[in-house]
Amino acid sequence: MPTLGEQMENLRLLSPEVILCLFGILIMIADAFTPKAKRKWLGWVSFLGVIGALAAEYTLARGPQGTAYSGLIRVDGFSIFVHVVVLAAAGLGILGSIDYLEMEGIQRGEYYALVMFATAGMGLMAGANELVMAFLGLEMSSIATYILAGSRKTSARSNEASLKYFLLGSFATAFFLYGVAMTYGATGTTRIDLIHDKLGAAGHAPSLAVLALGLIFVGLGFKVVIAPFQVYGPDVYEGAPTPVTALLASGPKAAAFALMVRIFYVSFPTTGSLWFWAVWISAVLTMCIGNFAALVQTNVKRMLAYSSIAHAGYILVAFAAGTAYGVAAVLFYLAAYSLMKVGAFLVLAHLGQRDERKLDIKDYAGLGVKQPALAACFSLFLFSLLGLPATGGFLGKFFAFQAALDAKIVWLVVIAAINSVIGAYYYLRVIVAMYFWDPAEDYTATPVAPTLVFGLTIAALGTVWLGVLPARVLDLAQAAAANLLGK
Amino acid sequence: MPFPILLTVITFLPLVGVPALFILRDSDHEGIRRAALAISVIEFAVSLFLLRGFLPGQAGYQFEELHAWIPAVNIHYHLGVDGISLFLVLLTTFLTPISILCSWTSIHDRVREFFIALLVIETAMIGVFVSLDLFLFFVFWELTLIPMYFLIGVWGHGRRIYAALKFILYTMFGSILMLVAIVWLYNLSGTFDLTGIQSFLHGTQLAPRTELLLFGAFFLAFAIKVPLFPLHTWLPDAHTEAPTAGSVILAGVMLKLGTYGILRFCLPLFPHAAAQMAPLIATLAIVGIIYGALVATVQTDLKRLVAYTSVSHLGFVVLGLFAFGTVSIEGAVFQMLSHGVSTGALFLAVGMLYDRRHTYEIKEFGGLATPMPILMSYFVFICLSSLALPPLNGFIGEFLILIGTYQGHPVWATWAATGAILSAIYLLWAYQRVALGEVTVEKNKTLPDASTREKFILVVMAVTIIVMGIASPYFTHRMEASTNAIVQELNPVALGQKQAPKPAAAADSRRAILPGESSTVIAPEISRGAR
Repeated sequence: MPTLGEQMENLRLLSPEVILCLFGILIMIADAFTPKAKRKWLGWVSFLGVIGALAAEYTLARGPQGTAYSGLIRVDGFSIFVHVVVLAAAGLGILGSIDYLEMEGIQRGEYYALVMFATAGMGLMAGANELVMAFLGLEMSSIATYILAGSRKTSARSNEASLKYFLLGSFATAFFLYGVAMTYGATGTTRIDLIHDKLGAAGHAPSLAVLALGLIFVGLGFKVVIAPFQVYGPDVYEGAPTPVTALLASGPKAAAFALMVRIFYVSFPTTGSLWFWAVWISAVLTMCIGNFAALVQTNVKRMLAYSSIAHAGYILVAFAAGTAYGVAAVLFYLAAYSLMKVGAFLVLAHLGQRDERKLDIKDYAGLGVKQPALAACFSLFLFSLLGLPATGGFLGKFFAFQAALDAKIVWLVVIAAINSVIGAYYYLRVIVAMYFWDPAEDYTATPVAPTLVFGLTIAALGTVWLGVLPARVLDLAQAAAANLLGK
Repeated sequence: MPFPILLTVITFLPLVGVPALFILRDSDHEGIRRAALAISVIEFAVSLFLLRGFLPGQAGYQFEELHAWIPAVNIHYHLGVDGISLFLVLLTTFLTPISILCSWTSIHDRVREFFIALLVIETAMIGVFVSLDLFLFFVFWELTLIPMYFLIGVWGHGRRIYAALKFILYTMFGSILMLVAIVWLYNLSGTFDLTGIQSFLHGTQLAPRTELLLFGAFFLAFAIKVPLFPLHTWLPDAHTEAPTAGSVILAGVMLKLGTYGILRFCLPLFPHAAAQMAPLIATLAIVGIIYGALVATVQTDLKRLVAYTSVSHLGFVVLGLFAFGTVSIEGAVFQMLSHGVSTGALFLAVGMLYDRRHTYEIKEFGGLATPMPILMSYFVFICLSSLALPPLNGFIGEFLILIGTYQGHPVWATWAATGAILSAIYLLWAYQRVALGEVTVEKNKTLPDASTREKFILVVMAVTIIVMGIASPYFTHRMEASTNAIVQELNPVALGQKQAPKPAAAADSRRAILPGESSTVIAPEISRGAR
């Protein structure tokens, strides 16, 4: 029986998730008593929850860190870094959602509550030090996002996205769970930090451990949308309400990548040569499929969905490095990627207009004249996704390439480099439409709400900041990586 | 002691001027133009301080600035100029106000954005020339693409979108592989600093295959930019569709980013690979010289014709660089500058015709000397400068290249010389079809002659052409220490010797590669310092 002091310490280390869950419950209760016209304020309450969780992260970062609940949860530089990325994406997503839900007439408290629970689940994934705990976080975030994807109840596509995501998602988490079970069979523990010692210590069946790792790779590969598990991605991303797509494309991806790094790097480092080729092949497939499929899309939302697949491939390039610097590059990439991707999808959430009718590239012809500020902001995110210097996206790619080259993975980097030029074509096409085409006549620009302006400003400034003065964030990422691998 | 942050000021002044354009109302076109012109003229004036503080005869970098930028990966904010980049910076600051002035009446749409693009591209181009950190260099290198992409795509002519996309995708493809090579170099040497990498490479011999791959990655990026035959196909489209100011910047400065990159990175960093590839590259350069000239001859579109002359003239520059001689490299640097001025001026003149007739078709013109004698006499003068008539600027560069190349490679020089003859054919023939004879098209009879603004532009260009031709020693005197330093890196390789320090004096190293008595007399006369 833990003492009160230990209980308090446990709660302190888990405080971000606790705050998020409390706010989620608060919103659900308040929802019942809030008239429809005022439900928008619940969005601000949830935003407050995210700020509170960020503040908790700040105190954790300054204060003592360690493990909680007998080693189930680990708070270290790595988990704090991922937490901040996930929370930032959630906060921006909420800012984009408030007006979107208003516009669609589906303003409901449960939406924000689900965002809170999903974010808390992602936090658990990032901080999990034990595989069952990780599974809990995975389920918590997944189930909330399945429902969020179906928020537009009257839209067939939104329902399709929700159902597809649910069916395939549960399938994938089952894979993960099998992997966890087999890991336990192979090593007798589910503690991420102990697996490695058990593997090394006695002559446990390595083939079972390898199988376990393969199953975990499938389960998490589904969550981060890498080939060959990417098929559901574009449909779900396209069908889900756009702010939800922004959340889906950033937070869960960051959390699942973090979990993948933790399991692969900490628990199974000795099998590096084995998972290296799996990651290598998956990275090549992911980049090529994402980019080539994006080339032919005319629906901008779907194009951005394929682009997130391609970006998962670039992250795998850094992941394949297998070094501390590789981890730092993954973390930096996740930060930059989340900002620019959320930013791009939030712009789309506004541009799509009611019922998401205006998502074709033709609709955005001449947007540079009609809405110069919004078009400039969109261009910034697109340039960052493309990887132009002075944006976070460029440095993300740069550090990823650097990490991989450092590990002598030359050809993968060359393939990634060529892919990023292929990617340039479809990002530029949107810019061509916005600036070079004559304005589309059947598209009337609608004013951008202050909430969205606020969110986009943060995302844009963050993207430029990461591109021009990355030193601080890179230092944090490197410290986090050292923290993770130093144990 | 020069002003400590002069280079930073020069690099970012145009960018800092951009917010100033936002103070003005969107409809206040005149005010925006004037503000942009004022910024660029101040920028030019500030950049002249470089000339004042520059110490000739020193091979190293001057006005250096060095600060940590991303300490974790050893990336620095490192600026500096030497005799090579000095004049390229000045060329940039000189051509920007000119191109702003030439767009005075021809740009009506999105005026503010147009001038913002010009100012941003100025910052990016200067940044490329003054960066001494490979990472910083790459950042500026990529940043030059975006404004030019918009200049072509928004304010270009008929097939502008196709041309803009082709331009940016071509260049990006080259540069992304260069990025990989830059990171690779960092992993070998532990630094992005050019001088640091250079001293690392002095101490360590790269494996031949590694060096060749690195050289190839850098060279591909630069060769696309130059553009070297057969990678030139983006250029005629980009030039033809770009607005006049875009063409002036593109031909005047952006193509030099490529040749500058070869000179600054490919040759000194990878001398063995460069020596190994030199015959192939020189052959491509010569093919480009002749091919560009022949294709220019048969063009029916005046602007496309001028665009192909760039392929031909830049072929000379590449040939000069890969002949590895002091004189040829000095000539190549001079030719970069003089091509910037002459071809820039050609595009300006062609743009003035376009402003009047909104076409580039040569058959739409004819006998224009009758309605506009002033414009046409400047046109022929610029043509003469471009076809290398002594003592104008074009002659100096081409002559130094040919004579320098002849020392080691008489066959190359002979083939290249045919390009010099062809240039007289296509330019004078074009002039003849445009300006001489009867006025064939009715509309042309009443065309107005050069306005005061246009006269001012043309006079400035003509004076620059003459000054560069007559006072060439002033330029070469400041370049030669830097070019010698590069040749010293190369010579042991080219001559198959071990790396050994060479006598630093310019005259000595020149004599070492100039066996012919007569040429030793001619070349220093042209290039020896005047002051």
